Amino acid sequence: MISQVFILSSKGDHLIYKDFRGESGSDAVGVFYEKVTALTGDQPPVVMSHKDLHFVHVRQGGLYWVATTTADSSPFTIIEFLNRLAALVKDYCGSLSEKSVQMNFALIYELLDEVVDYGYIQTTSSDVLKNFIQTEAVSSRPFSLFDLSNVGLVQKQLSRRLGFFSFQGGKSEIFVDVIERMSVVIGSNGMLMKADVEGEIRVKCYLPNCSEMRIGLNEEFSIGKSQLRGYGAAVRVDEVSFHQMVRLDEFDSHRILRLCPSQGEQTVMQYQLSDDLPSAPPFRLFPTIERDSGGRLLMYLKLRCDLPPKRFSTFHNLSSPDQSAELKPQSRAVVWKIPRFTGGTQLSALFKLEVPGLSSASLLEVGPVGLSFELPKLTATGVQIRFLRLSPVQPGPSQRWVRYVTHSDSYTIRI
Amino acid sequence: MPYLGGEETVRELRRALSNPNVQSDQLRYRNTILKVIRAMSQGVDMSGLFSEMVKACATVDVVQKKLVYVFLCSYAALNPELSLLVINTLRKDCQDPNPMVRSLALRNMTNLRLPSLVEYVEQPLTAGLRDRAACVRRVAVLGWAKLHNLQPSSEIDAAVVNELYSLLRDPDPVVMVNCLRALEEILKDEGGVAINKPITHHLLNRLKECDIWGQCEVLRVLQRYRPQSEDELFDILSLLDASLVSPHPPVMAATLSLFLSLCSGQPAVNLAALERVRGPLLAACGSGSREMRFTALCHIQLLLRSIPGLMGAHYKRFFCGYAEPAYIKQRKMQVLVELVNDENVAMLLDELKGYCTDVNTDTAQAAISAIGRIGRSYSDRCLEILTGLLGLKQDHITSAVVQTMRDLVWVCPQCSDTVCFALEGCEETLQDSQGRQALLWLLGVYGERVSSAPYTLEVFIDGVRSEASLGVKMELLTATMRLFLCRPAETQDMLGRLLHYCIEEETDMCVRDQALLYYRLLHCGIEETRKVLQGRRSDPSLGVLIGRPAEPVSQWARSFNTLEPLRQGSIETESASRGSPEHTTFDPKPNADLSDTLDCSHIEKVHSDSDGRCLDSSADILASSVAAPLSLSLFPALSPEEFERLWLQQRALHAEQEEAEEEDFVWMEECVRCPTIPCCSPQSLQAAMQLVNIQTLAFTPPQTLPWRVYLYTHTCLDDSPHSTLILGELLYTGEEPQKAEVNKGSADGEVGVEGTEDEQARQGTEATADGGQETVKVTLRQQPRDDKALKGFMSILTTVLHTLSSEKA
Repeated sequence: MISQVFILSSKGDHLIYKDFRGESGSDAVGVFYEKVTALTGDQPPVVMSHKDLHFVHVRQGGLYWVATTTADSSPFTIIEFLNRLAALVKDYCGSLSEKSVQMNFALIYELLDEVVDYGYIQTTSSDVLKNFIQTEAVSSRPFSLFDLSNVGLVQKQLSRRLGFFSFQGGKSEIFVDVIERMSVVIGSNGMLMKADVEGEIRVKCYLPNCSEMRIGLNEEFSIGKSQLRGYGAAVRVDEVSFHQMVRLDEFDSHRILRLCPSQGEQTVMQYQLSDDLPSAPPFRLFPTIERDSGGRLLMYLKLRCDLPPKRFSTFHNLSSPDQSAELKPQSRAVVWKIPRFTGGTQLSALFKLEVPGLSSASLLEVGPVGLSFELPKLTATGVQIRFLRLSPVQPGPSQRWVRYVTHSDSYTIRI
Repeated sequence: MPYLGGEETVRELRRALSNPNVQSDQLRYRNTILKVIRAMSQGVDMSGLFSEMVKACATVDVVQKKLVYVFLCSYAALNPELSLLVINTLRKDCQDPNPMVRSLALRNMTNLRLPSLVEYVEQPLTAGLRDRAACVRRVAVLGWAKLHNLQPSSEIDAAVVNELYSLLRDPDPVVMVNCLRALEEILKDEGGVAINKPITHHLLNRLKECDIWGQCEVLRVLQRYRPQSEDELFDILSLLDASLVSPHPPVMAATLSLFLSLCSGQPAVNLAALERVRGPLLAACGSGSREMRFTALCHIQLLLRSIPGLMGAHYKRFFCGYAEPAYIKQRKMQVLVELVNDENVAMLLDELKGYCTDVNTDTAQAAISAIGRIGRSYSDRCLEILTGLLGLKQDHITSAVVQTMRDLVWVCPQCSDTVCFALEGCEETLQDSQGRQALLWLLGVYGERVSSAPYTLEVFIDGVRSEASLGVKMELLTATMRLFLCRPAETQDMLGRLLHYCIEEETDMCVRDQALLYYRLLHCGIEETRKVLQGRRSDPSLGVLIGRPAEPVSQWARSFNTLEPLRQGSIETESASRGSPEHTTFDPKPNADLSDTLDCSHIEKVHSDSDGRCLDSSADILASSVAAPLSLSLFPALSPEEFERLWLQQRALHAEQEEAEEEDFVWMEECVRCPTIPCCSPQSLQAAMQLVNIQTLAFTPPQTLPWRVYLYTHTCLDDSPHSTLILGELLYTGEEPQKAEVNKGSADGEVGVEGTEDEQARQGTEATADGGQETVKVTLRQQPRDDKALKGFMSILTTVLHTLSSEKA
């Protein structure tokens, strides 16, 4: 049961405030912000309490999404709800930011009104909600549906998708995204210590009428260690779970998922793989750390990309001529940005750091190296979509997109 | 949020709202209203515009209607009279052919939260329950709950309750779930909605139709159901199995909660369910949402309390990502500590070592103390890492390492040599008071082994005037006193200076009193001082030796899937920072009735100590309270290693040599009837033993076979000057009590072999009825030999065991 929902900007401005049950005072927002600012560090705990008020919050798009609730309510439910609410707002407003929330506050109030009644979650399905939501999204910038320059990148997709729900007469499109997140730890000796992949298949459907779709995965897709299929190299995952609307009658024999997609975005299938990557990890680092005669710290880093030569990766966080490096004294880190890194090549960098009071022991403090990257058109597990069939056959032009991307959840190389 | 020019804005908006030109232009009208709502959500008081907004309500534009309703619901409570005006519009809307308008009107009618409007609302709500559109019924059902809470005292019509019950069969799943919610609220005083067999089965069958929120709600309500038969229970469980491994964490958690409450009597089923959710929980731990990860981690910690081995193979899933927030990292480390075992300890420590140099000091300190926790079982490897970290000369790291070492030494005294060696020189890096306190404690307790201890203390004493921390001063006093006891020549002068300063110049009463106490204590003589100051060096509790026992699931089942587990951690971390270990470690307080019975049974032996001294908080207060013809004492303390050495070595020797009488020690074996002893908790047994000054060293967990306890004490007869050391083992082998093998070696150690051969000793209950056929074998080893003391000890031990087992029975 949710008593209040409010959205605060990172500076504490009230953006949205809705009281569903009228039980606790409206000073809750102030109390919450006081608690957040009273803490050191920018990462307040998820649950905070003040007398009988229990705040549960998530941070998305630099905003605090807060619900007040009772002590016995389920944290899983509330957090899932807040995440879902943020996703809905993103779907409707195009992006999540202080500005977009401010501009679309009327829409968000309307959304909240339909989603929650008297503190009880009614529905969060975009299929249902589109019938009720009347307010049109306001966009801070013009958008073009035909700007397909960045189809490969999921994150940049947002601006393009803006206002899809209020744009009913638009083009019919369907996206099937295979998104994988890698978390890898490579030891100082170059040994692969840990390699986990969390993957999901997401369907974003904007087709006016689609009764059934069939997604075919690799024939040799196998689950668990014992089960091996086909003759080629198996594509193996440890655990799989499906959305409840997926029918699996053809899955065992032909690896086909059948489903009736509803409008908007759904995660159709989730899978995990631990410790047994089919190929070598995409990046290797060869570091040399030493102290020069002038008492400076020398870091010589050689980074090799072990992907097949045709592929490239984009370090979205980190710019071969326009690379850049920056020292962040606050987090005591050197950030090396590489905009584009072609497979099968290697890059090297030499950093000289003036460290006051450098001792030989301080060398032990250097590291680890964390990589954040995005590998488009690639899945670490090798999961592929063989085909995508829609029925009934769509009249008129419809666009089908299948996209693959692998993100780094946490790619750590110890030194 | 201060909003300058608030009044100006209100006035301007009022002018715009009442302007007929604006009113006739729909778009302008709507935009003006938008401005009002915007200002409202920024925290400006807009209640002055209520009457203008009421007028704006009567429009065909649904968007405008919605906006006005947002406004009206916020300010209705301030303007009850004016709100009456809205009711007419709302009631008219309830007749609208468009179901959306109907549901909107109905919802906002009930959201106004005005008791005066109840009479107008009831009729449309009743009609709403029978509306043909599901969205109207959804709103109407919850509307009744809102109405009830508005006037909790008034009786809700029984007809409405009946209607709500019948709507549980509504084709729309959301209506069904809303009925559950509404009935829960309306019937709160009667314990909520009646969950009987037909309703339960109806709900279970329709579970699939609901979305995840509805499923969670249904699963939560079903927790009150008690199946009538085992078959029914298992039918329900098999229905729920699919939801248990649901990819949606809320459903999974709600299902597990339901499992735990349905099978509270069947631990085996519970454990199987926990095994089953491992996959989904681990998946939630890798979720894209940090908050969801955190929630899953906190709940995994709960599960681990009952099945410590549950995640053992998946320890890598709990390695921290470098971009994760500190609160997740700290939780992950807490989990990692639980998962350590022989195979993964090397990997785990390597990983934790990587976190020790984290930029976030809290994370670094948490990593260091996690290594310390692992050090309790793998001390060598951990000490190596900790010692290495001291080399970094970072103040926060050094501080955390010293504190960790202190805590480690307190539970694993065998580490003290390495620690003493590592301590040299780290006082230069230490800055914060916590770290310095820890260093001082270590120097005080192990001063004789740290060669530079007096010099280090001298630096502290010279700087005491500028010392700000009270804790450091207190610790400094105690440490100097302790060091004085073992190295008087080097310490005497500085102790004098310190006491002089603290008594004459110190302004803090606490410190001054402490110094005065020590000063007077020194007047009483060195032996007295030693008695008071040389307390324990190690933790007398058994936590370390036996590990944490697996808790039954019922201990935490109630807090599963509530906010509780998410909040616990912050408290734990607070208590982690503290002063000396002996002041904070769990002090096994015997429960009052237990100590009473024990005292009664001992009354002839116990006479109170003549000089009723009042000692400080050290754990040895109990030590001096039992003085008898035979008195037991725990000092000097015996380390587990020492115990093991004596026990094993001498035992082997003893087995070979027949002429043990020449030896300086004696063995004795005996059986004591106390059927329920092996079932009693280590804590209570330990508490009971400590009351009579017997130290228990190691335990097997209760209910395991063979069940063993190792203990020791020092005896001292009043008429003989020297004390003897007694080591003992209690052994309970289970169904077939062994015949006590009386050792030939001990001269008159055998006291009696009582009914051990009885074959009836099958069931514990019978045994107790028959006068205790189940026996615990007691093996004692005394050094040097003193039969009288041994007998005396035996009788004390027997009394304790009998008292305990009679309590248990």
